[in-house]
Amino acid sequence: MESYTATEIMALSAGRLVHNGDILFAGTGLSMLAATVSKRIHAPEATVFFETGGIDPSLDELPLAVADPRVMVRTSVNTSLADALSLLCHPKFRTIAFLGAAQIDCYGNLNSTLMGTYENPQQRFPGSGGACDAASMAYGVIIFMQHQRRRFVEKLDYLSSPGWLTGGDARRRAGFKRGGPIAVVTNLGVMKFDEQTKKMYLDEYYPITNPEKVAAETGFHLDISRARESLPPSDTELTVLRQDVDPQRLILGPMPVTSITQ
Amino acid sequence: MTLNIMTAADAVRKYIKDGDQIALGGFTVNRNPMLIVREIIRQEKKNLYMVVHSQGQSLELLIGAGCVQRVELAYGGVARFAPTGNRFKKAFLEKKIEVEDYSNYHMVLRFMAGAMGLPFVATKSGIESDIVRLSGFSPESRGKGNVPSHKLKIMDDPLDPNGGQVVVLPPLKPDVALIHAQYVGDDGTCRICGLTFADIEQAKAAKTVIVTCEEIVPMDFIREEPDQNSLPHFMIDAVIPAPFGAHPTACHKFYDYDPMHLNLFKKMAPEDDSFKRYLDEWVYPFHSQEDYLEKVGIRDLLKIRANSALGYAPGLDRR
Repeated sequence: MESYTATEIMALSAGRLVHNGDILFAGTGLSMLAATVSKRIHAPEATVFFETGGIDPSLDELPLAVADPRVMVRTSVNTSLADALSLLCHPKFRTIAFLGAAQIDCYGNLNSTLMGTYENPQQRFPGSGGACDAASMAYGVIIFMQHQRRRFVEKLDYLSSPGWLTGGDARRRAGFKRGGPIAVVTNLGVMKFDEQTKKMYLDEYYPITNPEKVAAETGFHLDISRARESLPPSDTELTVLRQDVDPQRLILGPMPVTSITQ
Repeated sequence: MTLNIMTAADAVRKYIKDGDQIALGGFTVNRNPMLIVREIIRQEKKNLYMVVHSQGQSLELLIGAGCVQRVELAYGGVARFAPTGNRFKKAFLEKKIEVEDYSNYHMVLRFMAGAMGLPFVATKSGIESDIVRLSGFSPESRGKGNVPSHKLKIMDDPLDPNGGQVVVLPPLKPDVALIHAQYVGDDGTCRICGLTFADIEQAKAAKTVIVTCEEIVPMDFIREEPDQNSLPHFMIDAVIPAPFGAHPTACHKFYDYDPMHLNLFKKMAPEDDSFKRYLDEWVYPFHSQEDYLEKVGIRDLLKIRANSALGYAPGLDRR
C-alpha cells in the first residue's frame, strides 16, 4: 500500500464529501486542495469561489491567500466581497463552505476570535472573517481541525460561527433558514452530526488510528459506536493530488518519509 | 475638473487628523495602501479609529507604530504570513487597543449602508453568536465621536412574522478612505483592476477619499472603456502617484505580494524591539517612494513584477 500524510488524507476525505455541481466557498490551505482534487476526480461541475470576489478562477498556481492575485485570473467573474458573500445564501445553490477554527464544540460551533474575555483576554485569534457569514448562510459547512483535546472543547471561549447551536432544532428556532455543519475532517478521521440531536459522532477513522484514540483526543464525549475505518487514498487520488493539484507541495508539505499506515 | 495631485506628506497633513475614523482598502496581502500608511506613521498620527473587514499588512503597521486606538474588524491577519497579525494580537492582549469584532459581511454591509444613505442594515449572519452578543468597546465609549451608540441590535424580523431574529447593524461613514488603485485618469476617474474587495463601498461611504495609484493615465484612455471604471472623478479628493504603492502587498497586473519582505516582517513583528528596528529600517527614513524602493532593491522588485498576461509573478518562490 502506498504511504500518505495526514494532510493528504484530510484533503481527500473532505474532497469526497463534495457533490458534482456544488458551489464551493473555499479558503486557502486544505480547503483549496479538497476543492481542487474533488473537481479533478469526481465533481468536475463543482465551482470554486472566494469571499474576496474571485468566482471560478483557473487556479493554475495555488493561491496562498483568498486575496492572492491568483484568485483573480481567468475567472468567470471578478467581483467584490458583498457580491461573493451574498452568493452564500442564494437558495438555488448548494453552497458548501470549508472552514477552520481554533476551537470547536460538540455541535460544530466554532471559535476563531479569542480565549478569555474582552476584559481579560488570554489569547487572540484573527477573528471570524467570512466564516461566521458562511456558517450562517451557506447550505452546508465542512470544517477542518487538528484533532486535539484543547481544540475539541466542552464549552467554547467565544462562539464566532454558529453551527447547530445547542443541538436539536435550535438552529432553525434561532431563525436560520438553512445550513449547519455537515462534517468535521481532522488528522484522525471524519466526524458527522446526528440527525436528531445534532451532536457530533465519529463516522470514519483513518487506518493510522482507532476509535478509542480519536475519543481520547476529544475534549467532550464522542459517540464512536457508528465508526468505521476510512477507505485509504486510492492511487488515482494520490496521483491527482500530488502531480496535478499541488506539485510544488506548497500546502501538502513534505512527502511522507515512512509509511504512516500500519 | 482638475486633478488634485498631492504628495503623501501633504495629503496626510491636510486630510488626516488624530482620532479620525479611517477605512483601509485592500484585503490582507493585496492592494493595501502602504505608501500612505508609512507616511501616517512618520507624521505620528494618534488615536486613529480603523474600520476594516480583513486586514492586513497596513493595519499591522499602524497598530504596531502606536497610531491606533480602536478597531472595528472581521479579521486581523496577513494570511499565511501571519494567520493572526502579530502586532494586532499583542496590542489586543496588552489592551493598548479596543477591538470590536464583526464578520466580513457585517462590515461590508455597513460600508454599503453608509454609501447608500441607509439608516441601518439587517442580516441573518451571526445570529446567536458571541459576535452579536458581546462587545469589545467599553460602554463609556458608546455614542461618542464616531463610535455608534450600539454595536448592533437583535430584533424579530419586523416584516415577516415567521422570519425569526435579525441582526440590525449601524452604517459606517468613515472620515477618510485610503484606497490604492491601478489607474487614475487625469480627469480623476479611478479604476481598480482585479477584485475590488469593499474598496468601492468604502470610498463611497467616506467623507474624504485619498487614492494612491500606480499610474495616472490620460482621460481618453480611461474613458475608452468606462465599464471597467470603479469610481467617478468627483469622488476623489486627492490623488497620490505611487508606483509600487501597495508593496509588500500585491497589486494585480503590476506586482505580486513580496514573500521575501513579508517573511522578514513576520520575523521582526512579534517583539517590540525588533518591530521598532523594522520601523527604523523601513518606515522612518524614507520620505520618498524612490528611496523606499531603492531599499527594497531592483532584484526583489523584478522577482515580484507581474506577468502582463497573468497579473501575478508566475513561479515566484512563495514559501
